[in-house]
Amino acid sequence: MSDDHDHDHDHDHDHDHDHTDPPSELELKVKALESLLVEKGLVTTDALDALIETYEQDVGPRNGARVVAKAWADPEFKKWLMADATAAIASLGFTGRQGEHMKVVENSPKVHNLVVCTLCSCYPWPVLGLPPVWYKSAPYRARAVSDPRGVLAEFGTALGEDVEIQVWDSTAEMRYLVLPERPPGTASLSEEELADLVTRNAMIGVEVLEGPVGAEDG
Amino acid sequence: MRAAHDLGGLEGLGPIAPEPEPSEPVFHAPWEKRVFALTLACGFLGQWNLDESRHARERQEPDEYLKNSYYENWWVGLRRLLLEKGLVTAGELSGAPVEAMPDGSEEKRLAPLTADKVAAVLAKGGPVTMPIDRPPALSVGDRVRVLSDAPQGHTRIPGYIRGRIGRVVEHHGAHVFPDKNAKGQRTAEHLFSVAFLSSDVWDSQHHQTSFTLRLDMWEPYLERLA
Repeated sequence: MSDDHDHDHDHDHDHDHDHTDPPSELELKVKALESLLVEKGLVTTDALDALIETYEQDVGPRNGARVVAKAWADPEFKKWLMADATAAIASLGFTGRQGEHMKVVENSPKVHNLVVCTLCSCYPWPVLGLPPVWYKSAPYRARAVSDPRGVLAEFGTALGEDVEIQVWDSTAEMRYLVLPERPPGTASLSEEELADLVTRNAMIGVEVLEGPVGAEDG
Repeated sequence: MRAAHDLGGLEGLGPIAPEPEPSEPVFHAPWEKRVFALTLACGFLGQWNLDESRHARERQEPDEYLKNSYYENWWVGLRRLLLEKGLVTAGELSGAPVEAMPDGSEEKRLAPLTADKVAAVLAKGGPVTMPIDRPPALSVGDRVRVLSDAPQGHTRIPGYIRGRIGRVVEHHGAHVFPDKNAKGQRTAEHLFSVAFLSSDVWDSQHHQTSFTLRLDMWEPYLERLA
């Protein structure tokens, strides 16, 4: 595999092997299989459309951002979240597939958490949606567990030498959500405004959050 | 032997080159959406479980697994499962007319997922905690060593952690055991979160700043040390 093959492959449409746009051989094969399965009564087109729509429009990292913002704003909720993440998250309406068994891991000035799945692509769907390409890529899966500081540097994240990094390799059906540190200068923000500051990448652990623009000195 | 999906610690794979978060779409091509949805919808037919599904993607030539994009590997796994479970024939996959199924065949009894049920089945998910009739053999604080040998078939012991020594930090209760689940046997084993120091896992020459690795390991993967 060339260095950036996976990456280009997923992002661009000028693929360099068995299919080219438009329409690719694979695209046609997938259409043919869908028709076959519909004809055999094994799938329905409407259900396929509904599944896609769910993860394109409804279930995504804004859910996780709401969990994080509530944990920052509400100490009782945070206590519940750290003790029983599945139940606390369910109380906000986020449940189900690939989030059946949740655990929240909290960043602090001393500890930074990073989540990976070296064996496949385990990821907490109800709170983060479907994983980004890089999370599923071979380089991330390979190096998150052997060189986390190098991985963080590729995301522009530099941590002090005294910060302990904990890497969570999702080998079972436990799903991990990072609770980032609340950025400085956010004391007066509402829960909604706080949620707007929370990025998906911070909830995976490859970034630390910035405060609102202009708040660094405040 | 380590298979191609078992990537932890591999070197030489190049930069991660993440797409910027605000501009990355959920899917990168129309066919990816369909492969994703077909895989979920066929999964709901109940003919295979999550570990069989993972194993179907893993049973590929290493070159192929690494060359394929993520959803291409899903595509390979889906076709394999449909064939192996007899839901489609090789002829049908290569464009031959649909073959009539014998009356009373398994397929006749399968009800496809319908749009009105999608939200409910996703919200329900598939919890894997199970009752178990024996107490855990390990306790929080125990020093443990991960099995050194590679079990045949599907397993969730990454290659890089085999033979390594860590400490039990948390007991998650009993969860479905993937090594057997991938063979269609749903049995429970105690699951533990185990912490490993990077210096106990990697050649310290290469990895100077120490960090902690946390992995979820089932009881049969672990040997208790005195």
